[in-house]
Amino acid sequence: MNMPFYVAPEQVMKDRADYARKGIARGRSLIAFRFDQGIAICAENTSSTLRKVSEIYDRIAFAGVGKYNEFDQLRIAGVRHADMKGYSFSREDVDARSLANQYAQSLGQVFTHEMKPMEVEILVAEIGHAEDGSEDQLFHILYDGTVMDEDMSVVLGGKTDTISDRFGDFDSSPTLKEGLQRAVAALAGDERDLAADDLEVAVLERGTERRAFRRLSDSEISSLLV
Amino acid sequence: MNLPLFRAHDDPGPRFTELLRRSGFDEMVTVDGSVPVEDYRHGTTCVAIRYADGVLLAGDRRATSGHLISHRSIEKVFPSDRHSGVAIAGAAGPAVEMVRLFQLQLEHYEKVEGTSLSLEGKANQLSQMIRNNLPAAMQGMAVVPIFAGFDLKREEGRLFEFDITGGRYEETDHASTGSGSLHAGTVVKLGYAEQMDAGAVTDLAIHALFEAADEDSATGGPDLVRGIYPVIATISADGYNRLDDDELAERTQALIAGRRRN
Repeated sequence: MNMPFYVAPEQVMKDRADYARKGIARGRSLIAFRFDQGIAICAENTSSTLRKVSEIYDRIAFAGVGKYNEFDQLRIAGVRHADMKGYSFSREDVDARSLANQYAQSLGQVFTHEMKPMEVEILVAEIGHAEDGSEDQLFHILYDGTVMDEDMSVVLGGKTDTISDRFGDFDSSPTLKEGLQRAVAALAGDERDLAADDLEVAVLERGTERRAFRRLSDSEISSLLV
Repeated sequence: MNLPLFRAHDDPGPRFTELLRRSGFDEMVTVDGSVPVEDYRHGTTCVAIRYADGVLLAGDRRATSGHLISHRSIEKVFPSDRHSGVAIAGAAGPAVEMVRLFQLQLEHYEKVEGTSLSLEGKANQLSQMIRNNLPAAMQGMAVVPIFAGFDLKREEGRLFEFDITGGRYEETDHASTGSGSLHAGTVVKLGYAEQMDAGAVTDLAIHALFEAADEDSATGGPDLVRGIYPVIATISADGYNRLDDDELAERTQALIAGRRRN
């Protein structure tokens, strides 16, 4: 009879984490930051049809990096969760915190119990009703189910430390133009330039519309970058 | 509430009603025999008229339970998304629920698929929902909506009538539904002209509902005492726009002034 080799649980977890991290680092990164009118998400994405940033609900947006089919599956599950919750209770009862927890549960479950962890990192962003943005929330969820509540900005994907350093901090909430220029420079680094068609940008904007999510067109991005 | 994750083979796709079914929501409750007409609320007359910029939807504000007026300010005209709207007549409970599901379905599809349904696709969705309501309709709780929208591909307003079996019939100029539809429809038919402007078509809709209320007990006329006017919305390239009560009050006063006998 063959005995299976003993592998220490620490090793199993480490191998899985390394595997997931490698998968995520292969893709391009994205930055989400708060600006004076809401939250903006700026991703490096050459495709104009396969989205990294999407709408979940009236005031909630989703962004993912890593393996497309995996984070897209999570995105759809999020839309379903939010729409069903809004249908069975009320639209006001749908919130990012509970969705982030659900994602964390699900990712944690997959990480410990399945053969292969999900090679994704996701972001759930919500804008509150307060004019000063004090109720805005950014939840950053990792492949193993770790949830982090971020403050002003967050970078997802590979080389996050370098990109965060380049993005730096603003003393007060920047305008969309200021924030976006800094974000694009941070994603690009010193050696290259990113143009509007290399980018996917969407915002959650405080305003009168019920659905706060809006994609920026290439021409709008170009005009903000100059 | 858990995260609704499905295996590829039983994924509900972009259909919200299917998602509800898979998730254990039972949409439809059926009973044996018919429900007495006094025991539930009925919404009545709505009209839709095509005009130069798109299409207009209008509905009166009365709900009845048998011979009693059960609500004076019910709304029967709703936006279904940015470029379409729906007007309902029939059993108010199932009708309002159907509209809610329909609105959610259109938004759900848009978010899951990343693109909106075509106007015809939206009309077909509504058609399926009416067909699903057939068992309740057979017990008296029929829902008969009108669906209207601005077709962004064809760049014109379009409108669809339905029957209780979910039959979908596209109309070229105008449509009406509900107990006062015969009278309202006749007024629209006689007053209709091609390429009317927004003002003229609004006056025609107010006139049609006014005459329907004059002849049909279940249709409510303008209530000048309480300041309740029909719900009228236009749908054009700029989207769904509900007209405000001040404008409707002014137009109603003008209509009444023209009618007053000395």
